[in-house]
This record gives sequence, C-alpha cells and structure tokens, in this order.
Amino acid sequence: MLKLLARPNLATGGAIVLIAILVAVFAPLIAPHDPITDANLMFAETAPDADFLMGTDEQGRDIFSRIVYGARIALTIGLLVELMNTIIGVALGVSAGYFGGWWDEFVQGLTNVMLAVPTIVFALALMAVLGPGILSLLIALGMTDWAYSCRISRAQVLTMKSRPFVQAARTMGYGPVHIMARELLPNIAGPLVVVATMGIGSAIMAEASLSFLGLGVVPPAPSWGSMLARAREQLIVAPWVAVFPGLAIFFTVLGFNLLGDGLRDLLDPQGRSKR
Amino acid sequence: MALVLLRRLLQAVVTVAVVITLVFLIFSVIPGDYVSSLMAEKRSLDPAVAERIAAELHLNDPVPLRLGQYLVGILHGDLGLSFATQQPVTEMLGGRIWASFKLACAAMACAIVTGLPLGYIAAARQNRWIDGLAMVFAVSGLSVPGFWFGLLLMYVFSLQLGWLPTFGYGQGGIEHLILPALTLGIAPMALLARTTRAAVLETKTADFIRTARSKGMSEGRLVRKHLARNAFMLILTMIGLQFGSMMGGSVVIESLFAWPGVGSLLIQSVGLRDIPVVQGCILVIVLFFLIVNTLVDVAYLLIDPRIRYK
Repeated sequence: MLKLLARPNLATGGAIVLIAILVAVFAPLIAPHDPITDANLMFAETAPDADFLMGTDEQGRDIFSRIVYGARIALTIGLLVELMNTIIGVALGVSAGYFGGWWDEFVQGLTNVMLAVPTIVFALALMAVLGPGILSLLIALGMTDWAYSCRISRAQVLTMKSRPFVQAARTMGYGPVHIMARELLPNIAGPLVVVATMGIGSAIMAEASLSFLGLGVVPPAPSWGSMLARAREQLIVAPWVAVFPGLAIFFTVLGFNLLGDGLRDLLDPQGRSKR
Repeated sequence: MALVLLRRLLQAVVTVAVVITLVFLIFSVIPGDYVSSLMAEKRSLDPAVAERIAAELHLNDPVPLRLGQYLVGILHGDLGLSFATQQPVTEMLGGRIWASFKLACAAMACAIVTGLPLGYIAAARQNRWIDGLAMVFAVSGLSVPGFWFGLLLMYVFSLQLGWLPTFGYGQGGIEHLILPALTLGIAPMALLARTTRAAVLETKTADFIRTARSKGMSEGRLVRKHLARNAFMLILTMIGLQFGSMMGGSVVIESLFAWPGVGSLLIQSVGLRDIPVVQGCILVIVLFFLIVNTLVDVAYLLIDPRIRYK
C-alpha cells in the first residue's frame, strides 16, 4: 500500500479506472432514474437539485443516470476497440520484425499510410459508409488506430530476435508461429500494455468525438459524446448539460492516461523515458 | 542529402496514392452511394430519376475505371465535381484551406508559447512542486476532450464575460480565431510541455554538457549554445508531428465553432456521401501532413550536420 502511494500516477489512474468500471457494472444500482425511458418534459432542463443531481436535459431525462449508464458504452467500446487495435498491430508488427524482407516493407508502408491520415478522419469516412451504431464504431475505430502498437512490437522484436533464447527455440525445431507467440510475445508484453492502456483512453475519446458529431452511438442510447451533441444550443439556459458528460469523459480518459504513465514508470525503472 | 530527400518524396507520393485508392475503395465497394442517401432523404424520389442521376454522375461505371479517371484527374489538378452542388471540388476547397491553415497556425502558436516554457520550467525544477503541477496540467491537457473544452471556453468567455464571439468566422478577424485556436492548441500544448521536459532532462545529463560546465562555461551560454540546440531537435519532431496532423485533428473543433475549414466541409460531405468532396478533403489533410513532415526532415538536415554525413 505504501509502495502504491509512492507512485501517485499509478495509484490515481488505477483508482479512477476502478471507479469507472464499478460504476459501469453496478449502473442499475447507482442510477436513480432510467437513462432512456424516464423522459418527462415537465422536468426539461431542470437545474441540478436533490432529485436530479446533475440536472436534466431537454427531454427531462436525468443526466446523472445517463452518465452512469454511459460508462457502460464508453468502457465497452474503449476496451473492445483497443483489443482489436492491439491484435492487428501486434500481429503485423511482430511478423514484420520477425520475417523482415518484403513483408516488413509492406507493413511499414501501411503503417506510414495509417499515420498520415488522422484516426478520426479515417473513422469518419468508415462511419459514413457503415452508418452510425456501436458495431460500426467498433469496426471504424478498431481497425484504424494500430500504428503505434505495430511500430513498438516491430522495434521490440528486432532487438530480441537475435537473442540466445530465440535461437535456442529455433534450434529445438519450433516453427515461426510458436516462436513469435510463445517466445517473443511474452517478452515484449510490457511496453504493449502501456500503449494499450493509453489506447483505451483515446478510443473512448474518439467514440465521444464521433458521437458528438452525430456519427457514433445512435440516440437515445446514453453516450457521453452524444449527450454533448446539442449542448452548444442549450449553453445559455442549461450549462449543466454541457458540463457533466464532459467531466465524465475527461476523468475516464485521464484515468487511463495516468495508469499508462504509471505502468511505464513501473516497467522502466530508470525513468529515462519519462514523457 | 539530395538522395535522402528524393527517397522521402517518393515515399510521400506512394502514401498519397495508397490513401486515395483506399478511401475510393471504401466508398465504392461497400453498398450505399450518393443516390441511395439522396433517396433515403427524399423518399418520393422516382427510381427512374435516381437511375439518371447515377448515370450522370458515372456511378454505374466499373470501379477501376472510375478510380483510374480520378487519379489521372488529380495529376491534372482536377479533383472532380461535387455530387451535391456540381461545383469543382478544388474551388470548394480553395477558401477553406486558408481558414484551416490559419486556425492550425494560431493553435500551434498557442501551444508553443505555453507548452515550451512550461516544460522547460518543469525540467529546471525537476521533482519540485512546480514540476508536479506542470505535469498534472499536461496530462490533463491530453485527457480533456477538445470539443468539451471548447464548450467551456465558449460559456465563460462568450456567454458569461461577453468578450469574444461564440462561433463562426465573422470577417476573418482575430476575435473569432481566439477560442477555436485555444481549444485546438490544448492537446499539442500538453504534449509539447512533456516533450520539452523530457528533452531538457535528457540533454542536461549528457556528457558534453558536463564537459562544457567543467571547462567553466557560463550557465547562460551553456543553455544557449549546447542545451537548447540539442534539446530542440527532439522538440522540433514533436512540433512537426503535431502541426502536420492538425488539419485533420481540427475536424471536430471546426464543426463545434462552425469554422469554415476543410474539417467542417469533410463532415458535411461525409453525411451526404458526396464522395469527390470527401476525397478532396482527405487529400488536403494527408498532403498537409506529408509536406510538414518533409519540411521537418529538411530542417533536420540543415540544423544537425551529423545526419547529413550518414
């Protein structure tokens, strides 16, 4: 416990992420109202009070309850999207580093292409074609943000593949798939976990941005981003509509970023790369 | 040196061609085109009329033919006509590139002016409270959703204080530029602060700094001559990367502030499936990224003679 306190990033980030997960899991117990069906125009745009902790939106729905349920959407999409990105990035990066040659050239070229187009732009184009919805979001975001995990796993494999333990495995007659999956992957997992942790944060942010633009989660599902979609027009009369969903995004993304920073410091004790 | 540049240029051309092809394929292979989105909008659209529109826009031609014609057109500086307005895409992009570029420059200026000193101060007072505070500030800047930050700025500075206009471009004056630039600049600012801190810390412990200090060089001269010059290389990379991706990164911010740039045009045309315009916007975004990065490479060659001789 004391050790944890000596690492404020890890402790704060971990705590925030844990709270977010708990809120998502126990949403029905925490939320006082239903996030979708409890609309009542009588209570539209009520300022925060004892009944509506964070006020209500233009349809009279309780913002606090919607934020609580929104955690489910944000975390599900964040985790699944990053899982997809990591699998794609690691598969491409490890194989490129291991085999080299034309495959390496090809993967590197593809990575450069992905880096030249901002993720949000690529995702935007895909969302336009696939139509809004959670499944489209998973495809659009899960296939476009793997460049970093690809680069890192390639670089790590390059430094590892001439090490004795890899050569030993090769002498023992193991095939390339076994060597990549069982020998190399466990040894490069550390840096990948850091990248993936921060990637969850950026996936949550990307989902919020697309939903804010009306190209993500379909209303009335309580996505934090789509809750902000009409906040600009209500800013004068109901500023709380704008404030609280944004805070939820901010703290959740902050949690994953801090956790990533903390894990990096933990795995890289010299702290040279403290960025 | 010329060879390095030539190689980079070739890479850039290939990247552009691949991106164009990829986007083209995404929009042509998956069902649902401009006409079907038009029909969804206006339910009464006569199928015969729809068929004629599709024929007029050459939507029924085979995909490879259309792609070939498009790529040849690009080489002639022709990006095709917008499906929705029949206006040349180059014309539609013209004014918007300037608006986006202005916003990107202003945001980068905000980021540099605040991020650099913040990172430097943090490094100079490493592990003191001001360092901790600066880094908490930086990680927050990386975590804050830009469009929400923009909403907050709008609320405080436009609605409460009434100092600045809420959104729009106005006559192109600076008062309309400030809030979007601050919003767009917050994430690069945070990254710059972290990079600067790391770069200065890394350089500060380098051997040549110790040598310079031991031979009695004054602190001010040391910082100017050795530290700043070497740390700057790392910082420049970050500035280049950030600035290069700003055209695309501003998509959400532009539509929040109704800024008439490339990003907001992209969002409008994505909704309409106005593919020539979408293609044009993405082309501009990618070209901007590649041009900025090539310029950074050139700057490297000029600043650091070590790279030139490799």
